[in-house]
Amino acid sequence: MKYKILEHTADIMFEVYGKSLNKLFTNAAIATFDVMVKRSSINPKIKKEINLENKDIEKLLFEFIEELIYLKDAEYLVFKSFKVKIKRSNLKAIVEGEKINSKKHKLLLDVKAITLHKYRLSKTKDGYKATILLDI
Amino acid sequence: MRLVTTNLTFKEVKPQITKLVDTLFKTVPAGVGSKGFVKVNKQQFIEIMDSGVKWCVDNGYGWQDDLKKCEGYGKIDWADHSQVSEKAISRGINQLGTLGSGNHYLEVQLVKASNIIDEKTAKVFGINTPDQIVVMVHCGSRGFGHQIASDYLKVFDETMKKYNITVNDRELSCAPFLSEEGQKYYKAMACAANMAFANRQVILHRIRQGFEKIFNKKAEDMEMNLIYDVAHNIAKVEKHKVDGKMKELVVHRKGSTRAFPPGHKELPTIYQKTGQPVIIGGSMETGSYLLTGTEKAMDETFGTTAHGSGRTMSRTQAKKQVRGDKLQKEMQERGIYVKAASMSGLAEEAGLAYKDINEVVNSLDKAGISKPVCSFKPIGNIKG
Repeated sequence: MKYKILEHTADIMFEVYGKSLNKLFTNAAIATFDVMVKRSSINPKIKKEINLENKDIEKLLFEFIEELIYLKDAEYLVFKSFKVKIKRSNLKAIVEGEKINSKKHKLLLDVKAITLHKYRLSKTKDGYKATILLDI
Repeated sequence: MRLVTTNLTFKEVKPQITKLVDTLFKTVPAGVGSKGFVKVNKQQFIEIMDSGVKWCVDNGYGWQDDLKKCEGYGKIDWADHSQVSEKAISRGINQLGTLGSGNHYLEVQLVKASNIIDEKTAKVFGINTPDQIVVMVHCGSRGFGHQIASDYLKVFDETMKKYNITVNDRELSCAPFLSEEGQKYYKAMACAANMAFANRQVILHRIRQGFEKIFNKKAEDMEMNLIYDVAHNIAKVEKHKVDGKMKELVVHRKGSTRAFPPGHKELPTIYQKTGQPVIIGGSMETGSYLLTGTEKAMDETFGTTAHGSGRTMSRTQAKKQVRGDKLQKEMQERGIYVKAASMSGLAEEAGLAYKDINEVVNSLDKAGISKPVCSFKPIGNIKG
């Protein structure tokens, strides 16, 4: 399982899993975009490279999701796929998607921000998990 | 939140409601990734951050009279664009004139004579015709305000260490108000508030244009006057009585709204006797309310009241119980024509996911922190 939606009255909360940090970050991005759009309606026409650095891995995930949400608004992009590589405190991600087209894409709920409320990244027996609450 | 009158009646609007809502749906962009209809350059956006509704009125997106019908005259004075990041600006610059998504909406509503509780006050607010039509808009600063918040969450993370502050919830990250970081945020937050005022103002302009097109009359002749515009998320320095003494406080209204009493100096002359109009949004199926601020709110809640009915059910639960397309049909049969950017988004906003607005307003009335004037029934709705 990539992620599980948790009950929350006003916003969207989920728990995301990954055997490695790379997988965890990828799945967190998938969960975030699944809230906004049916990813199957997106073609991977535009490729973007994201580079981030933070010694605190929990903060690095937060900044990664924040950057994706920013690109959605500032450059009108929705993403279909994510390849994430984390080496120590560096993140390099290749994300693919296209410009938002309301006629083509099955758009769902807009995400305004990732929040720190209940936010947590932890190690598990099989890898990692994170709890994320998106403000919508 | 914003409420506008018309002098049109249900009889006049009902036959045109489909056309009207379809027109507004086209002209007021809603949903994920919608582009604002007001194209501005960076200099203009800076002016909007600093001056809010004033920029809109100066640039043809409103009437002089709109200014005084906004909380703080639609402009937070201490806004300072130099405290806002380039990132936030690039996120906000394209969003002026967008409704957004989630619980944001534009609604055409009916005031039945039987739903007027305080006739005298309703008249002052411009609600004076039987079966009158009004328009309500709920939206804010969109991704712009959130980017400012995200930027300062990072700043405050360090500030909290510096001042040895710990909080139970990291989203409540903070800084001492008079610290350099605190003051910078206060000025940046005001820019978000000004952008939200401006966003609702340009949307009002589009609503007036939409009505003009459909009813072939001038907005002025349809008396499309703003009743009031209030913020739902804002912190402000205000004077309040604490232990019998007037004190300057930072009042933070989050998910709540200002409700100043009659005679308050921040209210325009026309509302001096009534008190501030308070707009409380309900679900798109059940309706909304107009109330006024009270002296008791000033004494007990720092001039504050509720801002909406509030949800009782998660979005996932609502979607399990309701299907968007089915709900849309059922609502149309009940006389509410709704257009939504997303059908699942529509299901999530179903009436059953919200508290009963009548009970919410009753408890506010009983608590004495706002006084009901009238209630509205939806007849047309646009959901993001």
